[in-house]
Amino acid sequence: MDKTVNQKAWLLVLPVFAVVAFSAILPLMTVVNYSMQDTFGNNQFFWNGVGWFKELLDPSTDLGGRFLASLGRNLFFSIVILSIEVPLGIVVALSMPREGWQVAACLVILALPLLIPWNVVGTIWQIFGRPDIGLLGYTLNSMGINYNYVSNDLDAWLTVIVMDVWHWTSLVALLCYAGLKSIPDAYYQAAQIDGASRWAVFTAIQLPKMNRVLLIAVLLRFMDSFMIYTEPFVVTGGGPGNSTTFVSIELVKIALGQFDLGKAAALSLVYNLIILIVCWVFYTIMTNAGAERSVKEKKA
Amino acid sequence: MARIDLVDLAHSYNGNAAALESFALKPVTMTWRQGGAYALLGPSGCGKTTLLNLISGIVTPSRGKILFDGGDITPLSTQKRNIAQVFQFPVIYDTMTVGENLAFPLKNRGVPSREIDARVADIARLLDLTPYLRRKATRLTADAKQKISLGRGLVRSDVAAVLFDEPLTVIDPELKWQLRSKLKALHRELDLTMIYVTHDQTEALTFADTVVVMHDGRVVQSGTPAELFEKPAHTFVGYFIGSPGMNIVPGEVGGREARIDGHTIALKRSYDDLPAGAKIEIGVRPEFVDVARPRPGLLSASIERIDDLGRIRFARVRVGDVKLSARVPPGFSIPDNTAGLVFDAAHVHVYADSLLVEGRT
Repeated sequence: MDKTVNQKAWLLVLPVFAVVAFSAILPLMTVVNYSMQDTFGNNQFFWNGVGWFKELLDPSTDLGGRFLASLGRNLFFSIVILSIEVPLGIVVALSMPREGWQVAACLVILALPLLIPWNVVGTIWQIFGRPDIGLLGYTLNSMGINYNYVSNDLDAWLTVIVMDVWHWTSLVALLCYAGLKSIPDAYYQAAQIDGASRWAVFTAIQLPKMNRVLLIAVLLRFMDSFMIYTEPFVVTGGGPGNSTTFVSIELVKIALGQFDLGKAAALSLVYNLIILIVCWVFYTIMTNAGAERSVKEKKA
Repeated sequence: MARIDLVDLAHSYNGNAAALESFALKPVTMTWRQGGAYALLGPSGCGKTTLLNLISGIVTPSRGKILFDGGDITPLSTQKRNIAQVFQFPVIYDTMTVGENLAFPLKNRGVPSREIDARVADIARLLDLTPYLRRKATRLTADAKQKISLGRGLVRSDVAAVLFDEPLTVIDPELKWQLRSKLKALHRELDLTMIYVTHDQTEALTFADTVVVMHDGRVVQSGTPAELFEKPAHTFVGYFIGSPGMNIVPGEVGGREARIDGHTIALKRSYDDLPAGAKIEIGVRPEFVDVARPRPGLLSASIERIDDLGRIRFARVRVGDVKLSARVPPGFSIPDNTAGLVFDAAHVHVYADSLLVEGRT
């Protein structure tokens, strides 16, 4: 059958192209443009090639040192909060009621932290942790524990981590709960008949049935924690010293503090690339798992 | 392996306080012998799954007792009851191989691994699963998964009864036959008490030697397939079993005669003391009513259509306002749309308020 040649569809797609170009491609290209140049103000730019990128990846330079140090802190932060939030979220989901009015109550309570804007969360914890007027800080200090997130690196880290756990464990718990709810009763009944222990039910039924939502939860939490800015900025401002300066905080310092547009542009491109790669890896794992499943189902 | 006694067993999902009439399962007392193949047959919502879950211990009865070999097991948990259950949808442990799935119940009970291997090998051979033992269970077809679910019940040497909750729902039709005959063969080989819940009369009648028909939370009849066919104890059984179902016609009965639509037909038995004020109905299976050329002395009916089922033809006829099904004898041709009905008196039953009345011979 011959297809009629008709190019009118392009007209319909064109507005989308235009919008995407204005909102995404043009700004991105501007950043690419900046990353290749240097400026000394006055709107005068000088060609710098891949100079910024070289510097960025070289730990002996100032830019590279700062970038790699903040990247390391950021990765460490993501790993720590993932290894707390994922198991904790699973435990919370497992101990939630399955039916009755308690379900709604639990869901509402769990959802509360998720509804609070980031900077409010930061402010809450900033005040909460203050040794002079904050409930947490004051209590700890009056108990004889010397806690001060402004001057002590460890205290600052603990505050930021506990704050993130408080803010985001609910998300993991809600996703896991949804996964758990989708398991038909027959599985639990069969496990009961098979004499499975509580732990065996968890490893043989609940965990395998949750693995898809867990993957999504890990992806979301990794992305979010890797891009974290507002909360630690509000609480610690990246300090004491540079100890809680994550990549995004460093980026803002360079771009808006020092107005080094070239360096900042190069940094944000590399930052973006890292996130894209991680995202792609997760996406591949997820679609592979999905494809494997659909192949199985086709055979079935 | 066990004999199962149900003693005044009843259940309501609203707790004990509810009126007996609203119970999902009204009180039932019956005995299922060791090694029997039973089917619980009835439409959706008749209480058959409730009864099954009571026996497996998933649901605790509101009243009554369940005895296995005379011992009261009502308070025991599912784990301690030694029963196996196969559910409507196959339950497979995704991360395990077929072999690990089969070994799971034994492992949970701390059986030595050498014994586990031997049992698993035995059961896999019995269910034709040996070639798949090392495969991931999730990659198998629905019927193989159902076999694994069944196998997980059978590996335990002490299993008292195997319960099936509509196990063939998700199986392709052509595989249903295979799996059903496999179940039959297993039943013969293993001498296990099997209880099979279904709403499909063909499944029930081919699988079981005793079919328990349930309706509206009650056991209305329990008997062999032949008994259910020839002597339904309740109009519901007559209507639910058989295709087409039994003809149930309102009429008047006195002595050895029944009157339908002003016409008298002879009965084989005598009904003198029918309860006064009861709704009297006459029930006769289409297989025992023949259409014939209309002649005086036959109940005349108008033929609405003829269904040819291949082996047998049934006429859908109308007598007054009542619709009936009747057999069309081979070679019979219908001159016009009227016919006479010939009743086989031995198979005409009388029902008072839906319950069979035994006549005196």
